[in-house]
Amino acid sequence: MKNIKVLGTGCANCKTTMKLIEDAARERGIEIQLEKIEEIQDIIAYGVISTPGVVVDGKVVHAGGVPARDKIAQWLND
Amino acid sequence: MKSIIQKYPRAFLLIAAVFWFGLYKTLEPLSHILVNTLPLEAGSHAYGALQFFLYDTPKVLLLLAGVVMVMGMVNSYFTPERTRALLAGRHEGAGNIMASMLGIVTPFCSCSAVPLFIGFVQAGVPLGVTFSFLISAPMVNEVALALLLALFGWKIAALYLVMGLSIAIVAGYVIGRLKMEAHLEDWVRNMSHVQPIVGADELTLTERIYAGIASVREIVGKVWPYVLAGIAIGAGIHGYVPQDFMAGLMGRDAPWWSVPVSVLIGVPMYTNAAGIIPIVEALLAKGASLGTVLAFMMSVIALSLPELVILRKVLKPRLICTFVGVVSLGIMLVGYVFNAVV
Repeated sequence: MKNIKVLGTGCANCKTTMKLIEDAARERGIEIQLEKIEEIQDIIAYGVISTPGVVVDGKVVHAGGVPARDKIAQWLND
Repeated sequence: MKSIIQKYPRAFLLIAAVFWFGLYKTLEPLSHILVNTLPLEAGSHAYGALQFFLYDTPKVLLLLAGVVMVMGMVNSYFTPERTRALLAGRHEGAGNIMASMLGIVTPFCSCSAVPLFIGFVQAGVPLGVTFSFLISAPMVNEVALALLLALFGWKIAALYLVMGLSIAIVAGYVIGRLKMEAHLEDWVRNMSHVQPIVGADELTLTERIYAGIASVREIVGKVWPYVLAGIAIGAGIHGYVPQDFMAGLMGRDAPWWSVPVSVLIGVPMYTNAAGIIPIVEALLAKGASLGTVLAFMMSVIALSLPELVILRKVLKPRLICTFVGVVSLGIMLVGYVFNAVV
């Protein structure tokens, strides 16, 4: 099962990102483990300074904005 | 259209630019033709208001779309992570200038202010240089620029750009000179240094065009009701409220302290550049002077209570006060300069 983390301090864009990933996974029937990282120290530890960021299985794949739908699909299908 | 963008991105940009320019040039004659088909007497108040509305609305939206498209593409070259790597280890002075310019082209959401701040400091970007970036990023924004360009012409827009940059450079430099590193919260000072990594992969021109289109969708999609409301208010107010209504408070007859008072009112307020435009339009239409109104607008956009509360997590009160003080002073100065020039 894929582990996906959304890095963000809780702004609107971070919530949108969480929801987009949740919806995309549900649509495809893919089970994922979705986490939200809100502590600034933890976010920084990933080297991300612009939120929301996305981490898939420990690897930063996105930073600085709501990701596009086809990008999310790519992470889920890989 | 999709296949053109994918196969011939350069050709697409060229065609889009020509099309945009052509459209822009036909707006004024078109608005006259449109108004003339209506049963209104030429020269009447309703005629003038309607023509103003029909010409200004598409003009502002078209300029906004153009500026946002270009900025969206430029933004795709400058991720915050890359900007940080560019600024790490820079010295004050040149570093402040570079940071202020990068602040304009780096996409930045104010909710990222804290992670960005820490990330910069941790990578060895000097405190004053970090502040230059943090000040210029929200202050010189594309929506404000596009609106100024559309409503007041390129001279005012350019003046605004230069003034915003100057405030960011000078305020950051002053904060750096004050040696306030001791007023960072302890946990920030005690963080281990990290080597900035640039992870972003190279994008193709096609992807950059898509990034531009995406930001046009996002920003123009969000902003257009405000723009419309602002222009409608501007058009409506024209005849009904006396021209000199605001002249005594914020206009040419106003006392010297109207600029600082406008800034003081603006600092705790928060709205994006688009939200403030209806207010700016209304104030100007009632005879307020441009410098005073711009100072008000800049203080609303550049400083806000929510942002200060977030920054409090990493800055001690004295540094926050210095930040607010230096930026407010800069904005007031800009207000006086604009009032003197225009």
